[in-house]
Amino acid sequence: MEDQVLSVKKLNVFYKNRDGKFIKKQTRKQVLFDISFDLKEGEVLGIAGESGCGKSTLVKTIVGINKDYDGEIIQKYPDPQMVFQDPYGSLNPAKTVGWLLKEPLRVDKNRKWTEEEMNERAKTILDSVELPENMMERYPSQLSGGQRQRVCIAVALMRNPKILICDEPVSALDVTIQAQIMNLLRNLHDKLNISIIFISHDLRVVYQISDNVMIMKNGRIQEYGETKELYRHPKAEYTKQLLKAAGIRGSI
Amino acid sequence: MKKFFDNIFRYKSNKKINGYMVAGSIITGLIILMVIVGLFYMPYDPTKMDSSCKLQGISLKHIMGTDNMGRDVFSRVMYGSRVTLLIAIGTVTMGVVIGSIIGAFTGYYGGMLDEVLMRIIDALFAFPSILLALVFVSLFGTGTYQVIISLGIAFVPSFARIVRSEVLRCRNMDYIESARLQGVPDLRIIFVHIIPNTKDTMIPSILIGFNNAVLAEAGLSYLGIGSQPPYASLGKMLSDAQSYMFTTPSYVLSIGMTIVLMILGFAFLGEGLGKDKRG
Ligand SMILES: Nc1ncnc2c1ncn2[C@@H]1O[C@H](COP(=O)(O)OP(=O)(O)O)[C@@H](O)[C@H]1O
Ligand SMILES: [Mg+2]
Repeated sequence: MEDQVLSVKKLNVFYKNRDGKFIKKQTRKQVLFDISFDLKEGEVLGIAGESGCGKSTLVKTIVGINKDYDGEIIQKYPDPQMVFQDPYGSLNPAKTVGWLLKEPLRVDKNRKWTEEEMNERAKTILDSVELPENMMERYPSQLSGGQRQRVCIAVALMRNPKILICDEPVSALDVTIQAQIMNLLRNLHDKLNISIIFISHDLRVVYQISDNVMIMKNGRIQEYGETKELYRHPKAEYTKQLLKAAGIRGSI
Repeated sequence: MKKFFDNIFRYKSNKKINGYMVAGSIITGLIILMVIVGLFYMPYDPTKMDSSCKLQGISLKHIMGTDNMGRDVFSRVMYGSRVTLLIAIGTVTMGVVIGSIIGAFTGYYGGMLDEVLMRIIDALFAFPSILLALVFVSLFGTGTYQVIISLGIAFVPSFARIVRSEVLRCRNMDYIESARLQGVPDLRIIFVHIIPNTKDTMIPSILIGFNNAVLAEAGLSYLGIGSQPPYASLGKMLSDAQSYMFTTPSYVLSIGMTIVLMILGFAFLGEGLGKDKRG
């Protein structure tokens, strides 16, 4: 129990309904039902399920973007960081890569960074996501999708988080680029000893990186367990369907 | 009209030169040059009357002729352009700064504050800004600075709306969520992360704002409540000159042309910047 970095207990999450033009009727709809799981130090947890099942909602609640929930979210370390799906919307177009990399350090509450320290740190992290130093002067519009996603990962890693959440980080990329980013994530995981929550609707991609997998449908957990075991001997009917649809059944 | 200018500049545009941009820069540059030179040198004292040469036409001595009190029109145009430009810059600055602050906060936080402020802004917006300015002038009195404040307030609603809708557009982007996760404080998110992204919309609006300010000021002057003589703005001069439209057309025409050029310059710059962005 001691080596858990994150523990989620009986989580229910709600959204406001977006109707009521003049008088805002505050009706809520529930999107997540009774979600419980643990994330251990160094673990990679894969979350899979069709789009709209609540994967993003779950992680957005964990990092504090959604505030309307009940249940418990216990975190051992502050400031989990997140990489978003759309590499075109997750970097501020008005700023250079260097500026974006240094921003988490400028607002760091734990210590003051000098300009030199920030530059050093930015270079180190750029290097670990396999981008050249001259990226620092570029604007996001001058980068490819894969390069942008690397920058997003770099920004997320600047302050050495213990948990990295990747919400469909490769879903918007070409297959070859997908493979490169998956490789990078695995290398970073081995090197930095971080815990990762990895979301994808693609069961093949989830299999490549996860220690444990959670299958979701309509805001509920359908099945949750060790990756190889779950892929070989799926118990839930829904998991079997998904594996079959992905053409994985029997081939792993 | 727009098509006409598009055609004139097509030849240049094809060669990757932005015709609007070039024309706008040249015209605005000339006006600004005239104003700056006017700070140090004017051919005549713009307030010096000379009863021996009233209402003269264009000549080498007076390149824009003289007015009904024998003052050199060109010198007065140099001075009046300075006043008009000062009023325009002051007005737009005030509108942009206050409008941005209101728009940024209401757009970012939404909720009750947003509802209330936006309804007030909507109500203000329903009146032409010239009418609003009139109300404020009657509160503050006439004079250059009073006009700047009155027009500035009248311009706040339009800028507030532009900034608000831009902030609404950016507020839920992933890069803003990401900044929040890094622990960037709200004020820094609004003014450092979001506002710079509004510049593509703001710069053309600011240029249009200059034009509206020049026109609104001219309108106020025409009603006799703009800047006060002898330090007249172009608008004030124009309204003085119109009585002599038929006896000395050069008088009213030179002032009118200066206003037209000033407006065209800003309009071309705005159009050119828009074209640059569109490709
Ligand atoms: N901001 C929101 N307000 C209201 N409903 C939302 C909001 N975001 C997502 N939803 C709804 O919640 C459900 C789960 O969405 P999401 O977590 O984005 O799914 P996923 O990431 O698995 O595709 C969907 O039905 C979606 O329509
Ligand atoms: Mg999602």
